[in-house]
Amino acid sequence: MTISNTLLGLLEAGPRHGYDLKRAYDDRFGQDRPLHYGQVYSTLSRLLRNGMVEENGVEAGGGPERKSYAITEAGVTNLETWLTSPEDPAPYLQNTLYTKVVLALLSGRSATDILDHQRAAHLQSMRELTRRKTTGDLADQLICDHALFHLEADLRWLELTAARLDELREQVST
Amino acid sequence: MSPLLSATDLTKSFGQTKALDGASMTVNAGEVVAVMGPSGSGKSTLLHCLAGIIRPDGGTVVFDGKSLSGMPDGPRSALRRSEFGFVFQFGQLVAELTCLENVALPLRLGGVKRKTAEQRAREWLERLQVADVAGKRPGEASGGQGQRVAVARAMVTGPRVLFADEPTGALDSLNGERVMRLLVSTAREQGTAVVLVTHEARVAAYSDREVTVRDGRTTEIVAANL
Repeated sequence: MTISNTLLGLLEAGPRHGYDLKRAYDDRFGQDRPLHYGQVYSTLSRLLRNGMVEENGVEAGGGPERKSYAITEAGVTNLETWLTSPEDPAPYLQNTLYTKVVLALLSGRSATDILDHQRAAHLQSMRELTRRKTTGDLADQLICDHALFHLEADLRWLELTAARLDELREQVST
Repeated sequence: MSPLLSATDLTKSFGQTKALDGASMTVNAGEVVAVMGPSGSGKSTLLHCLAGIIRPDGGTVVFDGKSLSGMPDGPRSALRRSEFGFVFQFGQLVAELTCLENVALPLRLGGVKRKTAEQRAREWLERLQVADVAGKRPGEASGGQGQRVAVARAMVTGPRVLFADEPTGALDSLNGERVMRLLVSTAREQGTAVVLVTHEARVAAYSDREVTVRDGRTTEIVAANL
């Protein structure tokens, strides 16, 4: 889900070949986990089947044919929905959230809105856990506290990222 | 239903520094509202304006249909004493008085006789589970106990709004937890609204909703259903 939406996000700036897409993805998001070619092409064919991208011509050459892909209107709508919907608050969201923030900055969308909505979703989840904790027994309290501390760590990251958006905007635009 | 307390378009500067720049928020009777924001965002200034401690340069604060911003100092102080309670991070208890005398103090200032005031103060110390420090001075109580005494003192007059500014800021997790539980549960039992200023998400999670202050302006984002 994250990879296909990230590829859509990279295609929004203009059509690309599968190889270019992989390079762009690896440069921005794949430091620890570069994409395999197979992943890129299987994701692109799924996006093609679902009408999120369309073929945008084939480059002739000596090697294998190089199909170029362009995002469709449905693809933009899909990307927009993904970017503006908060993730289900759960630990270890950083990668997805970081990707969303960078894509928002690259496309001129409001990264602050994405962070704010995620923050509201996290706090809502923390409220529910706190309610459960105040009415539950000690086991409930300890289980809820564990989840609360993780959510709080995420929230701190959201706040710090919000405070560093200008810096990040400058970096991704170079 | 109109809100119990509302601030509209507040502005406030200290010298060249704009602390509030068009801040607005409402508090309904009996609800717990968290005010969050980074350090220096203006959240404490907003609380002080809402509570009538300082006057905003512009905008209005209305409590129960009465404008606080236009009210003379005397009636404003009287209203603050009878309708509002306050808990701060630390330093609010009178060091020379015992914890019991501290809790009884707002009642005594309101003209209640010593015996009655101390009886009610004792009940509140029991409710906040700090009856054992009644005869001690604040310096002899632990930080967590001191904050619970402060909550008892804030609640003893039956305020309609309790203002809490970083009430657990100086406490460890366990004691902070205990203070928040007791503060919120007693406020809910009494139907007292709470305005809770905090930068800690785990403290804000005791609220019903959250208002964020950034650069002197307020925003409120309601979580989307996931």
